[in-house]
Amino acid sequence: MGHRDKIHKLGRTKPHREAMLANMAMSLFTHRVIKTTDAKAKALKPLVDRLISTGKQDTLHAKRMVARTIHNKEVFKKLFAEIIPQFTDRTSGFTRVVKLGVRKGDGAPISVVELLTEKVVVDTDEKGKKEKKAKSTDSLPKKAAPKPKAPKSTVKAVSKAAGKGSSAPSTKNK
Amino acid sequence: MPLPKRRHSRTRGRKRRTNWTMTLPNVSECQHCHNPKLPHHICTHCGYYNGRQIIDVKEV
Repeated sequence: MGHRDKIHKLGRTKPHREAMLANMAMSLFTHRVIKTTDAKAKALKPLVDRLISTGKQDTLHAKRMVARTIHNKEVFKKLFAEIIPQFTDRTSGFTRVVKLGVRKGDGAPISVVELLTEKVVVDTDEKGKKEKKAKSTDSLPKKAAPKPKAPKSTVKAVSKAAGKGSSAPSTKNK
Repeated sequence: MPLPKRRHSRTRGRKRRTNWTMTLPNVSECQHCHNPKLPHHICTHCGYYNGRQIIDVKEV
């Protein structure tokens, strides 16, 4: 069981690991998309998400906390001037890791880490469920999802009106 | 140093090696270009994943 194994150690000492992850975070902010191994990508994602969410507070203290990791002044400026304003409609999950394949030299599994700076599209039928433009246009199950909702509520209303039939609503719902 | 006490037969070695089987990778179909791709991975043919262009295939 992998319980409580929160830190990916990546075979490095703490200072080495922290320096490497900070460098990776800075390259992610400069390039917006980076390619790394799966393990490094998984280690990087929580760090970057945390940096952005603290940066969104936009106080002097928050900036100083971010500056602990982002040592490069230009990247720091870019982060606050360009990247963080793009995340106004997102409260969490600022990055995404997608598996890419296997590296040729050593067979290491490679992933792509990207900043999710595109705008979030909120589905009008289901509040709170945030989806992306591409997703909502082509996926069939999400189109189908809102439809059964309406019939369900009517079925419930009908069964209530008809009286207490304990077995009836369950069969109708199915 | 450990040394083999006796010669062992070709059969014996071959019997052991019967279990050295390889497994085929699970392959799924890309929803965008319908080429074979690894499940939960970006398609290496078109660079799409989950209905979205993620990488430019030419640069890879």
